[in-house]
Amino acid sequence: MLLLIQYTLIFASVLVLVALGGCFSEHSGVINLGLEGIMVIGALGGAMAMKYISPDVPAIVMILAVICCSVLLGMLYASLLAVACINCKADQTIVGTALNILATAAATVIVKAVNTAENPDNVSSTVQYVSAKRAFLVNIGGFEFNWFMLVAVLALIAAAVTLYRTRFGLRLMACGEHPQAADSVGINVYKMRWAGVLISGMLGGLGGIVYITAGVSEWKFENGVAGFGFLALAVMIFGQWKPGRIALAALLFGLFRALSNVYAGFSFLTALNIPSSIYNMMPYIISLVVLAFTSKKSRAPKAEGIPYDKGQR
Amino acid sequence: MRTKKEPFLKRNWVQSLLASLFCVVLGLLIGYIVLLFINPAGAWDAITTVMKNFFTYPNPTVANKYFGSTLVKTAPLLMCALSIQFAYKVGLFNIGAAGQYVAGAGACLYMALALNLPWWLCLLGSMAAGALLGAISGLLKSYCNVNEVISGIMLNWIGLYTVNMVLTNVKESTSPYTYQVASFNASALLPSLGLGKLFSNNQYVTIAVPLAVIMAVVIKIVLDKSMFGYELKATGYNKSAAKYCGMKEKRNIILTLVISGALAGMGASLLYLTGYEQWQCTQSSVPAMGFNGIAATFLGGLDPIGTVVASYFIQHITSGGAYVDKTMYSSQISDLICALIIYLCGFVLFLKYFLNSRLAKREEKAAVRAAALAAETQPEAPTEVQPEAPAEVQPEAPAETPPDTPADEDSHGKGGEA
Repeated sequence: MLLLIQYTLIFASVLVLVALGGCFSEHSGVINLGLEGIMVIGALGGAMAMKYISPDVPAIVMILAVICCSVLLGMLYASLLAVACINCKADQTIVGTALNILATAAATVIVKAVNTAENPDNVSSTVQYVSAKRAFLVNIGGFEFNWFMLVAVLALIAAAVTLYRTRFGLRLMACGEHPQAADSVGINVYKMRWAGVLISGMLGGLGGIVYITAGVSEWKFENGVAGFGFLALAVMIFGQWKPGRIALAALLFGLFRALSNVYAGFSFLTALNIPSSIYNMMPYIISLVVLAFTSKKSRAPKAEGIPYDKGQR
Repeated sequence: MRTKKEPFLKRNWVQSLLASLFCVVLGLLIGYIVLLFINPAGAWDAITTVMKNFFTYPNPTVANKYFGSTLVKTAPLLMCALSIQFAYKVGLFNIGAAGQYVAGAGACLYMALALNLPWWLCLLGSMAAGALLGAISGLLKSYCNVNEVISGIMLNWIGLYTVNMVLTNVKESTSPYTYQVASFNASALLPSLGLGKLFSNNQYVTIAVPLAVIMAVVIKIVLDKSMFGYELKATGYNKSAAKYCGMKEKRNIILTLVISGALAGMGASLLYLTGYEQWQCTQSSVPAMGFNGIAATFLGGLDPIGTVVASYFIQHITSGGAYVDKTMYSSQISDLICALIIYLCGFVLFLKYFLNSRLAKREEKAAVRAAALAAETQPEAPTEVQPEAPAEVQPEAPAETPPDTPADEDSHGKGGEA
């Protein structure tokens, strides 16, 4: 049971972080379908940091370094989306999809290059970080507390405050609802959208590193992040683009994702004799069902997905 | 039709071609730079290997055989590309094509290996399976307002796990792969009709290749010349207007995704029923075929015939990736190049706009110059542009892209319901 709670919390942290990223981007008016790719690149940055930093450094240094690497790479990667969609008015769906595919391909090429450079016989795309990962964990009576859970809570509070209590957040949301009106009162829509996409890159990258450290100590980058970025988008839609509801939705989805990891530990679940594939499918099926019921009265930002053109009033 | 003959560079297909070439060249260039970073010594060799593909074999007979193999894998890719294209023309981005492809593979292999059915039934079965997934996306889109991209991705994973589960029943006991179709149920193999002989007896070259090309032509005719295609496209441009005109917009959306799904599902049987590949039941990621289809369709300028060429090109470099020196690089370098090409395709509209505005500017300058020349009495008038342009001179052509560019309208009309 404790294990289930632990996994639920860590997967919910991932979903909260990434969904908040999507939330910022969409509130500024850009649909960020590239979150999945941003997660992969963020995860790659964090994994590389864990690989190269000696595990003997103090835990706090390790944590900060890994977070910095993930966040920076995530932001850098998100700027590819920003350039294409904000400045060049490209189709946000195509570019987002391209970024997802590009991230997995690029991460695989990079990791394989690093692996073969170290050892010519090693052509796998797996990075190991067993010892480095210990820095993130604190064992409290059998419950493995992960510092990333705290980070997720902080991010959640910060996001809620930023969006609803600061001038920046309110302006950002204005750009996603009615960019022309925002522009007419002197808000630079392009800058605001860049800010939204960069924040989503930051949170997405962070979510990526949390995801690959959740429960495992090595990651095969050929697999990307297995649709988790899209699950986060589903969480965001289910959460109606509001941080508080996103957190609740993330807990629900996290629970189902966690079940696929730990169902073997419950005697009544193993007694049902359901193949593991079913548990693997669960989060996706649940999200489809949930989306089917919640999308009808969706409160999506009105101007999302439409490139802002100054000349168009 | 436009009444006046347009200059060469302003024609739509020329611009599409130029844009695609630009994407390819830039994609390869960035791929080369990545290779340089990994290991500068073999980078040039590697990138030429990727581009050469089967030409790396000096023996023409062997090269011909591997040309056949590239074609075998082009057929499913083309079908996936057509699937995405068909939906895109109706304003839907069917990223679920990857999952529909998986469903098709599952259906045709199960029917061939567990039920021992002949090839044409397996082919129809795979189309039905793909269409089913497409229908789910379509129903969710039209009745529940669920973005087809998100439902498509979810269905990709659901499809993958289901197919893995179903095909475990027909897998070899010692390996994670399904039985060989050729030895287990030869009647399920697509007929070759002697096509294999053209490619140095490559037994995998079957009617799949011409069938895929025929489908491309059919799609082109349906979309461009039929009333059904017109209705679908009208729904894509403006759902409300289509409804107002008496079209059943919900039915059209569902039908589009059903057809699109059937195309992707059929693509899978065009590969797996040749016996070229076996399904790996422990597969943990959705096959790249559906995603490469996105690259092929946009690179093909959203035209079925262009897509035939583009699909071949994408498969050519993907197969070429398998030949790079594995001690230095990985074969995923061609996936990287494909992904870059899709990313760059996002800029195509911007490129066209840029090209058109440059052309318009040039025309304007020429017009100003001509007017200046006419105004001057001396024949040796300076060719410099006059600082004050005569107000009555108008550039002859509009500066924007011609309004009949379908991609142009799509990108502005899309989105907003995620």
